[in-house]
Amino acid sequence: MNLEKVIFGFFIVLAATLNFGFFVGDIGDPAHHDVYELFAALVVSLIATVLKFGDRTQIGAVHLATSLVADLQLIAAALTWGYAAHITGSGMTSEMTARVVSLSGGALFANVVSVIILIAETIMQRR
Amino acid sequence: MKPARALAPLPRHHSIFFLIMRRLRAPLIVLIVIIAVSVFGLTLIPGVDADGQPTRLSFFHAFYFISYTATTIGFGEIPHAFSEQQRLWVMFCIYLSVIGWAYTLGTVFALLGDRNLQQAIQMQRFVRAVRRLREPFYLVCGYGETGRLICRALDRLGYRAVVIELDESKVGEIDLHTYAADVPALTADARNPETLEFAGLTHRSCVGVMALTNDDNANLAIAIAARLLAPHLPALCRAESAEVAANMASFGTRHIINPFEKFGEYLALALHSPAAWHLLAWLTGQPGSTVIHHRNPPRGRWIICGHGRFGRVMVDAMKSQAVPLTIIDRSPRQDPEHTWVQGEGTGADALRQAGVGEAVGIVAGTGSDVDNLSIAVTARALNPRLYVVLRQNHYTNHALFDAFESDITVVPSEIVANECLAILGTPLLAPFLAEIRQRDEEWCAWVLERMTRRFGWEVPRVWSERINLVRTPALYRRLMRGERVTLGMLLCSPGNRYEALGCEVLYLRRDDEAPRLIPASDLVLQPGDELLLVGRGGARAELALTLTNEHALNYVLTGEDLPGGLVWEYLSRRRKPHATPSKSGEQET
Repeated sequence: MNLEKVIFGFFIVLAATLNFGFFVGDIGDPAHHDVYELFAALVVSLIATVLKFGDRTQIGAVHLATSLVADLQLIAAALTWGYAAHITGSGMTSEMTARVVSLSGGALFANVVSVIILIAETIMQRR
Repeated sequence: MKPARALAPLPRHHSIFFLIMRRLRAPLIVLIVIIAVSVFGLTLIPGVDADGQPTRLSFFHAFYFISYTATTIGFGEIPHAFSEQQRLWVMFCIYLSVIGWAYTLGTVFALLGDRNLQQAIQMQRFVRAVRRLREPFYLVCGYGETGRLICRALDRLGYRAVVIELDESKVGEIDLHTYAADVPALTADARNPETLEFAGLTHRSCVGVMALTNDDNANLAIAIAARLLAPHLPALCRAESAEVAANMASFGTRHIINPFEKFGEYLALALHSPAAWHLLAWLTGQPGSTVIHHRNPPRGRWIICGHGRFGRVMVDAMKSQAVPLTIIDRSPRQDPEHTWVQGEGTGADALRQAGVGEAVGIVAGTGSDVDNLSIAVTARALNPRLYVVLRQNHYTNHALFDAFESDITVVPSEIVANECLAILGTPLLAPFLAEIRQRDEEWCAWVLERMTRRFGWEVPRVWSERINLVRTPALYRRLMRGERVTLGMLLCSPGNRYEALGCEVLYLRRDDEAPRLIPASDLVLQPGDELLLVGRGGARAELALTLTNEHALNYVLTGEDLPGGLVWEYLSRRRKPHATPSKSGEQET
């Protein structure tokens, strides 16, 4: 068992689970989507991205790419949330909530791809 | 022979980015965690708003506050005055963020000072510079004295050069020497084929490889890499030992240059036919230098001091010209052909014993510059009329060698450089020089007299032209139409056709005929002819204009200016329909 692999797998899976936790629920209902969960998902996703830095293999490159996609989507979701809560003045309407959640849904897809790659990589190793 | 060093793996140029990212992984994660913890804490800690109501900072405000605090910008702007709990937490955050930034910046600066990274960056810069070269360039391996001479000459001739050199300080010198064009240089081992490839061995603009290091084995490695990776490129390799030269020849290295053997040939030629020797020196000198008219080496008894690599070649050269020899060496051999004297040539005793008073020439050919100078000075003192051939081993001693006026100073690096330039610049020169060696003294004297009277003793430009569609489109089209053009007609100035162009044809090669030396001016040219020309630099450009430009060629041949452009061509054809030859093949058909 390799501690590095444990940490790596932990962050990738955690990024996906947190993202999923934020995503589930009625898409337009702010009460179903906790902003702390979005924050946690974003931070874990950023850490997962940095962990993937510097891997020169092909699979490492795809890992990094999916992670960057997830970051981008989550940052967009967070910005939308900040814009809705503070700048529009009308707070989290169901329309704005739907936007944030659908953006995080895109990130979820990227995170799922990341997890699939992780599984595929593990199976390929046969150890 | 030096033991082979282990080849260090090359810093891969494309790995810089990954190297930086991998090293920054830990500090970046620390930074993300610190900011996340600070923001998260700030959203949880209760505060009070302006009305005294309990409230909490939202993520937006918390992130805003941490952003300006952590980056030490420190705006005072906050939505509400902080509560005591919040102040406590912010104090903690401030110290935390300072640690985070200090760690990150420290890592970044350590990374920038990292030797591996700097090498990788240099490598990348070099690779990019080479990749962007669009002009023809030569790959020069080894920037010693020879490499420096060659780079200078290439620069003067308008070619680019790429240098690989093992010694970092010599690479640094390249920046100090003023070259007209930028010379990309890399500190690396040229024996590594990867290095050669990065330096442009397989680049399509690379026109030749020169292995000029002072290590025969390295030159051998370069030769074999060039043979396998770029078989079409001419490779010029310096080899000072016979075994390495034979090894290079075995896999088909086209040009192997042994400076000592080359000098042996020159000296034999000089003894055999001084005019041919002068002609050769004049044609193959460093561009821009002037050939000093040497005293001709006399025939009679010669003394050779030192029977090493150089001495042995000298003995062979003298033997081929049937010159009687006395050899001074520390360990004489039993050899009935020559007289041997035991001792050091530096002492007057040994020289007297060798008969320096009656000898006509002396070769000071030991491996030590100081000994050679000492021999020469002592011998001159004993016999002032002595013809002195001095071997100079190290370029740094050149002031001493200049001060002693020897008849010939043998500088291996110069010999190699001259030979390289002659081979590269003008492939026809080698067969011409071989031809000269076959001719008699009288003929060579005539050629030398004729050329130097016209062009002076300064080393001329020597170049080749081939009459084909690519090199000389204008002339080629005319010849293919069956027109008769002689050499005399062609060698006129395109500015004024009554003035002769400042160049002469030395040698003409035609596919199925014997080559002609100094062809007469009424010789009719044919497509596919190869010419070796000698002349001043300006003449080359003018001749190139005549050969490639239809208008210039028409003027030189007929004295009429061709009208340029379709309208003028049309008008002039209407005015005098027979006068102007059609401009190109398409209009004829």
